[in-house]
Amino acid sequence: MAAPKPRIKLPKTASAGEVIVIKTLISHDMESGQRKDKDGNVIPRRIINAFSCEFNGQPVFSCDIAPAVSSNPYFEFSAKVNESGTFKFTWVDDDGSVYSAEQPIEVK
Amino acid sequence: MELTRRQALAVTAGGALAAFGGFRVLPAAAANEATDKLVMEFTGGKTPEAGRITLTAPEIAENGNTVPISVEVDSEMTDADRVEAVMIVAEGNPNPDVATFHFTAMSGAAAATTRIRLAKTQNVAAIARMADGSVYVDRKEVKVTIGGCGG
Repeated sequence: MAAPKPRIKLPKTASAGEVIVIKTLISHDMESGQRKDKDGNVIPRRIINAFSCEFNGQPVFSCDIAPAVSSNPYFEFSAKVNESGTFKFTWVDDDGSVYSAEQPIEVK
Repeated sequence: MELTRRQALAVTAGGALAAFGGFRVLPAAAANEATDKLVMEFTGGKTPEAGRITLTAPEIAENGNTVPISVEVDSEMTDADRVEAVMIVAEGNPNPDVATFHFTAMSGAAAATTRIRLAKTQNVAAIARMADGSVYVDRKEVKVTIGGCGG
């Protein structure tokens, strides 16, 4: 599997107190642990099991994920911004790897 | 007696239906028990009531591998009236748990969208737990044409 690549979509600017919509996606197979290869052996589970979003170090949204979430897990949620700052996104893989991405926003 | 093609088809179709119907009874009941247990753990033993939460899911999903679903809870998201978490369960999947969203006061609105896998036609439920401990539920039946758990 190629290295997971996060993609984030959120507005560049917002007015103070505005509720913005954030869309995130990370490329990942999300191998469910239910599938079998052609010899009948179970393909071991490997999924992203947790996702979280922080703004200037404060938690905004997080999610516990089971194998029933589709490959290339996509999340859309909202956040209230009162000041300029940086959103930080974190994905945790079953194998212990952590993937992260950051995106700034300017409040006018 | 010689079967015509039409009769033969009718017989096999009937047999297949009967076999399918019989097969479904037990696993479905067992799956619901697992779902109930999961929901009770999430709600702290409370039975959720209808209202405040809306689950949006397609009526028919052609591909069970990616079924878009959205949840929205009617809440101001202030410190007093706040949604703590929303759990999604799929009653007919090998494992009923799908995802649990955790919201904070900084979420602004208790709404989220994702894409999920559904093994077969089934009920999908979203359960919201509020900061004051009350719980709400919404259910939708999704018909799945091609299952999404791989064989």
